[in-house]
Amino acid sequence: MSLEEFKNRNTGQQSYKMLDIKHTPQSGIGKFGQVVERTVKGELFVGLWVTLREMGNALFKDNMHTIKYPLEKLPISPRYRAIHDMLRLLESGHYRCIGCGLCEKICISDCIKMDTKYDENQRKEVTEYTINFGRCIFCGYCAEVCPELAIVHGGRYETASEQRASFSLFEDMLTPIDALKQQKEYDGFGAVSPNADDTIKQTPLAY
Amino acid sequence: MEATVLPEVTSLGVIIKGIIILAIISAVAGFGTYIERKILAFMQRRLGPMHVGPFGLLQIAADGIKLFTQEDIIPQNANKFIFQIAPAITAATAFIALAAVPVFPDFTIPEFIPLLGGTFVPSIAADINVGILFVLGMMAAGLYGPLLAGMAQANKWGIIGSARTAIQFLSYEVVTGLSILAPIMLVGSLSLVDFNEYQAGGFTSWLIWQQPVAFVLFLIAGFAETNRTPFDLLEHEAEVVSGYATEYSGMRWGMFFIGEYANMITVAILASVMFLGGYNDLGFIAGWFIIIGKIAFFFFLMLWVRASWPHIRPDQLMWLCWKVLMPLAMVNILITAIVVMI
Ligand code: SF4
Ligand code: SF4
Repeated sequence: MSLEEFKNRNTGQQSYKMLDIKHTPQSGIGKFGQVVERTVKGELFVGLWVTLREMGNALFKDNMHTIKYPLEKLPISPRYRAIHDMLRLLESGHYRCIGCGLCEKICISDCIKMDTKYDENQRKEVTEYTINFGRCIFCGYCAEVCPELAIVHGGRYETASEQRASFSLFEDMLTPIDALKQQKEYDGFGAVSPNADDTIKQTPLAY
Repeated sequence: MEATVLPEVTSLGVIIKGIIILAIISAVAGFGTYIERKILAFMQRRLGPMHVGPFGLLQIAADGIKLFTQEDIIPQNANKFIFQIAPAITAATAFIALAAVPVFPDFTIPEFIPLLGGTFVPSIAADINVGILFVLGMMAAGLYGPLLAGMAQANKWGIIGSARTAIQFLSYEVVTGLSILAPIMLVGSLSLVDFNEYQAGGFTSWLIWQQPVAFVLFLIAGFAETNRTPFDLLEHEAEVVSGYATEYSGMRWGMFFIGEYANMITVAILASVMFLGGYNDLGFIAGWFIIIGKIAFFFFLMLWVRASWPHIRPDQLMWLCWKVLMPLAMVNILITAIVVMI
């Protein structure tokens, strides 16, 4: 399945086939006729043919539907909301978070805890940042509210672990500095819309 | 048939034959579960068992170990004696039925094997001249297994399962008997060997060409007899948990399973011997090979149907058997009788 099909939720646009279902006959002779018709028509053989065809497709045309899960994975939507990522600025490599505390404020289950201080350049530095994933409901509000696109949702959905703290520290969620090149922008909640350039005017620097 | 009995059939030979049937059919029944899972999986575009051994082939061994080591639970309020013997009835009758069915060609054990050398092993363990009646009777008696099991286990689903057993039994047994009556009138014998010889004349002498209606009726009744899918009312998981087998675990449950698969093989053998020319040579292809092919085809057909068709309600089964199949069988017998008389 391609990603495009996967993302298409517009079920109304798909091509449905309408079945021609006749009314149940009421009279005795009508019922008899239905039995005879169904017996002679060979509809059952159509059913047999369908399964045989599918078996052929599966075996010889590589149309098997099984995903051998730990070895293969289905693509997930870029808007999927799994464990959070903290992104970095692409130019400097510094983390994007400015310590504004909006995510902590909006979090619906009160599971983000953070602490900040001013560093020597009078810039907010994040000293403490954790998300308690035992409480997080993955609502996406934090990603939506973040003014810097710093906290976003990632695609890590395999979240079994021995410790509650496994995924939840700032360092765990931050893009590793050597993987900065692979860092992807998030398409989901709070992201800039693809046609943002057409609809929003640039803010002049002289403001 | 006195003319065809070549060497003397000794009791030792019959015992060896019995052991061969038991060993081979149990193994084939075990292997059948693997084939069933694989074919059903392919037809639903899945992979089926994959991880135990190459292509999941050793899954049978894994299942066997599981069945043997599983705890054997007997429910508190169950009738213990009947609960314990019911699976044995199913398995035993399934194998007893195979005693009167030709399973492999005759052979003599070579002389160089100590003790058993020179023993003649017949193709049929018990060559009785009412073979068909015996086999069908045994398979019908096998339904006492589910019936008693369902009633003995003090479980609602079990009771429903055994009620359905009774319904099924009352429905298809008439059709089985009446459908094979017409071919029996043509052949003039109840022995499976006579059936085989009647169709010795090659492809065109197969009874299916003379008795297509009887063949279809027998096949439908055979599906009901083995509780295969359009008629698997007894233990349909979606409706009655597991029907008569709800409370069973471990090897007792495994015995029901082996019985069911042995019955499938018996019905496949009966259909191929009675309607599709039996184990006669077909052109240059040897008879033993051809009969294995036919049996495999019927086995595959049962799995194929299971993957394709929905199953029917108990009242629909009764409607089908009493109002459609039985009159058809009667008409078939009448026409056959008139043709035979002329
Ligand atoms: S996804 Fe929702 S619940 Fe989870 S941390 Fe963000 S705001 Fe809180
Ligand atoms: S909303 Fe964004 S920038 Fe503000 S504290 Fe949260 S992650 Fe940092």
